[in-house]
Amino acid sequence: MMKLVIAAGGIMILVALFLIFRIYTLASAAKGKNKKPVDSSNKWNAALIVLSIGGMLVAAAWYSVKYFDDYTVPVASEHGTEVSRLFWWTMAVTGIVFIVTHILLFVFSARYQYSEKRKARFYPDNGWLEMVWTVIPALVLTGLVISGLKTWNTMTAKSPSDAENIEIMGYQFAWKVRYPGSDGVIGKYDYRLIDATNVFGMDFSDQANFDDFSPREIHIPKGKHVQFKIRSRDVIHSVFAPHFRLKMDAVPGMPTRFGFVANKTTEEMRQETGNPDFDYEIACTEVCGRGHFSMKIKVIVEEPEVYEKWKAGQKSWLSKNQDYIVKVPKKLKEAAVIKAGLEED
Amino acid sequence: MAPEAQATLHEADAHGRDHEHEHHEDSFIRKYIFCTDHKMIAKQFLITGIFWAVIGGALSLIFRLQLGFPEMDLAWLQPVLGKWITAQGKLDPEFYLALVTMHGTIMVFFVLTAGLSGTFSNLLIPLQIGARDMASGFMNMLSYWLFFVSSVIMFGSMFVEAGPAGGGWVIYPPLSALPQAIKGSGLGMTLWLVSMVFFIASSLIGSINYISTVINMRTRGMKFSRLPLTIWAFFLTAIVGILSFPVLFAAALLLVFDRSFGTSFYLSEIYIGGEALPNVGGSPLLFQHLFWFLGHPEVYIVLLPALGITSEIIATNARKPIFGYKAMIGSMMGIAFLSFVVWAHHMFVSGMNPFLGSIFMLLTLIIAVPSAVKVFNYLTTLWRGNLVFTPAMLFSIGLLSFFISGGLTGIFLGNSAIDVQLHDTYFVVAHFHLVMGSAAFFGMVAGVYHWFPKLYGRMMDKKLGYLHFWITFIGAYMVFFPMHYIGIAGFPRRYYSFTNFDAFSSFADLNSFVSVAAVATVGVQFIFLFNFFYSMYRGRRAPKNPWRSNTLEWTTPVNPGHGNWEGEIPAVHRWPYDYSKPGASEDFIPQNVPLSETPESNLPHEKKALESKKK
Ligand code: HEM
Ligand SMILES: [Cu+2]
Ligand SMILES: [Cu+2]
Repeated sequence: MMKLVIAAGGIMILVALFLIFRIYTLASAAKGKNKKPVDSSNKWNAALIVLSIGGMLVAAAWYSVKYFDDYTVPVASEHGTEVSRLFWWTMAVTGIVFIVTHILLFVFSARYQYSEKRKARFYPDNGWLEMVWTVIPALVLTGLVISGLKTWNTMTAKSPSDAENIEIMGYQFAWKVRYPGSDGVIGKYDYRLIDATNVFGMDFSDQANFDDFSPREIHIPKGKHVQFKIRSRDVIHSVFAPHFRLKMDAVPGMPTRFGFVANKTTEEMRQETGNPDFDYEIACTEVCGRGHFSMKIKVIVEEPEVYEKWKAGQKSWLSKNQDYIVKVPKKLKEAAVIKAGLEED
Repeated sequence: MAPEAQATLHEADAHGRDHEHEHHEDSFIRKYIFCTDHKMIAKQFLITGIFWAVIGGALSLIFRLQLGFPEMDLAWLQPVLGKWITAQGKLDPEFYLALVTMHGTIMVFFVLTAGLSGTFSNLLIPLQIGARDMASGFMNMLSYWLFFVSSVIMFGSMFVEAGPAGGGWVIYPPLSALPQAIKGSGLGMTLWLVSMVFFIASSLIGSINYISTVINMRTRGMKFSRLPLTIWAFFLTAIVGILSFPVLFAAALLLVFDRSFGTSFYLSEIYIGGEALPNVGGSPLLFQHLFWFLGHPEVYIVLLPALGITSEIIATNARKPIFGYKAMIGSMMGIAFLSFVVWAHHMFVSGMNPFLGSIFMLLTLIIAVPSAVKVFNYLTTLWRGNLVFTPAMLFSIGLLSFFISGGLTGIFLGNSAIDVQLHDTYFVVAHFHLVMGSAAFFGMVAGVYHWFPKLYGRMMDKKLGYLHFWITFIGAYMVFFPMHYIGIAGFPRRYYSFTNFDAFSSFADLNSFVSVAAVATVGVQFIFLFNFFYSMYRGRRAPKNPWRSNTLEWTTPVNPGHGNWEGEIPAVHRWPYDYSKPGASEDFIPQNVPLSETPESNLPHEKKALESKKK
């Protein structure tokens, strides 16, 4: 990299020298008369257009092929495959347009340089042509819209009733997750009940909270529909899991959701990428303050059996924070003790 | 006939404004400061815009250093940035966000809205439609001075103790509403809002003036169907501005209430700083809807004038009529209209109802059609032209290239299914820097090169212009093209550093490359600045019509005084694009040349019109 910096510095020095030179020539230049419309600069500018645009097309193509594996993110969810297909179709369409228009741009620039012998073609209009290039883009775009809508509708559809619900809450500057526990229901919360320990503001007058648990990493089963129930308790954050093609804002006061099916376990992904340390991660993509760039949580995708086993082994939040039993209304105490798996003492 | 001959002027000045030759010297204050002459106001906007561009560019370099060289010791910036450089020589992460926010705000509003529209609408509307000045010179002056006040406040906000606003240029609440959430949401944010209120007022007053001038003050014969595309672009931009800026004002006002008077428009169920706030029932999404109702049209407020400018420059320097004049106007109208119904494509993953997402995806992709039409029309204008590569022409061709590449990536982002992956990643940064940032910036620079002779009566140096163009063009691509890859790889934007994530820890090299390119690209802008200020005083004296162009501004004296034309205002007899007309001896026929003087080149329908007039 240092080389590049030096190269940039070198360029700047050359430029500076050139500037000084120009000042001299300018200072000595006679107050000019009107010269011919063009001089030799026209030629080399045309040549540079061809060279630069051509060069950039080649450079882009080279980089795109050579580093393909570095900049593409492997897909690990069912709808992600669709999204990825759409992405590459759009890439193909736009890529062709990009290349063709740029080739035209430099061909025209080179071919039609100014010549006093020639006159430009007076060609103000052609209704038929205009029609063609209104209708064709419209048709192509319609195709893209329709396929996009199809994917969009499936990926935003309601989650089935047997989905695994997992709550993700963003706050400055981390994520917290909560699982429903054995009753399959995530308990109610109220932001006024939040304190340093009860970060979710769980409301213990709701029995569903007794068995909820909050692990430090997210575990999800492969091949099963998972629904993230997303919320925030301070500013807007955004849940972004690049491998799952999943992104949804976490908005204070307005819970959001995203349903998906992961289709590769962490282990499988390690093999696919050849990286034994690979892990799925969730990042924050809505600026939320100082620590925005550090809001990370690990996601572990496992076979359903492993997942169930892991789930069964989790201790409820209440059992880990037994002080909060006092917040449970009297008549529910007994239920709480059983459901939260508290040891009687 | 000789191309530079004055058109014969017979009829009386259509607007009844007798032009007295004012030979008395204006006082310095009247001439340079509280001036109501549209040309001076244009210069004021331009110089202020250049000032802001330097600041905005400098800010981007600071955060590019952080991104490209995260290990770098930045202690040498301490004299400038003071406490924002930590004892370890690192940039403060919160200040990083403030830099990004200020950079975005400055570039979008102060450089490319005020600097671009303010300069060229003011300069060109009266000159190209044949008017002595704007409809209201006083309002025009007011517009500049409100912008000036706004600039002073925004500039001042960078020096307050807690730092300037830091929630991104889109200032989404609750982040922007709560000083507990980020330091910049304290006094810095207050000043941001106050500054923007002045800015909006300035923009509205300016736009009203532009619109009434275009409607009421066109010279004889200057029908709407004979307006240069520049004027069409400024006119539509002003309409878009009038309809959208008030909504930003409303959004800002409600934010002020939430911040200072305890209301809950945008705030609900917030626990922050160890405390549950009393606000319930507000919706952060409301702000986003209001903001983007301006925010999206704003993109076109930035872009349309640039497209208008380049239409004019490309036609002139291709020595060829712009292809599809009517279609160009139609597509600009289409873009202007559609720009109001696509705003929620910025909100696909905001939690808004997905059905709404489908609708906005449809509308967004529709807007690509008129944009495509424009591109094809530009290309056809180049086809079989007689191209003169002036610096302005090169920058216009550069704009065309950016408009294509940035526009195409918009097709990815407009597709909600794909946007789920790309939203708020560097792909977006790449997209809007090309289509809005670079394109509009190139339009502005092209305009300066092209109309410098009209602004200062002198020519800018061509060779320096070429040098400036080539390094900037290639440099801008080297800065922004790689960001696509970084974005496809999933790197989120507004990140202080990428080392926390395994997924984002690659590309250190590419990021350094981008940063080096950015330093070089910003650096060469000093060539432009040098050329600009040097030529102002020492440049070659400009001929009257240096680009052999058709529009009316080139019929004024080289240094037009108050009132622009010394005699009567020329009348207009044809559209502005009679370049290389078959039969004509020269390759251009200015708008003020009557058909009766060009029998050799009149088209059949023009001959007919002429005859029916005689009868
Ligand atoms: C050489 C010149 C420029 C460079 C190197 C540059 C670089 C950048 C980078 C890297 C970011 C993203 C920072 C982040 O997300 O952490 C950014 C943001 C931005 N830039 Fe630029 N930029 C340049 C010129 C411009 C221009 C001409 C515009 C005019 C439209 C512009 C408008 C913006 C906006 C609106 C943002 C978003 C700010 C935000 O996220 O709130 N930039 N710039
Ligand atoms: Cu964040
Ligand atoms: Cu938009």
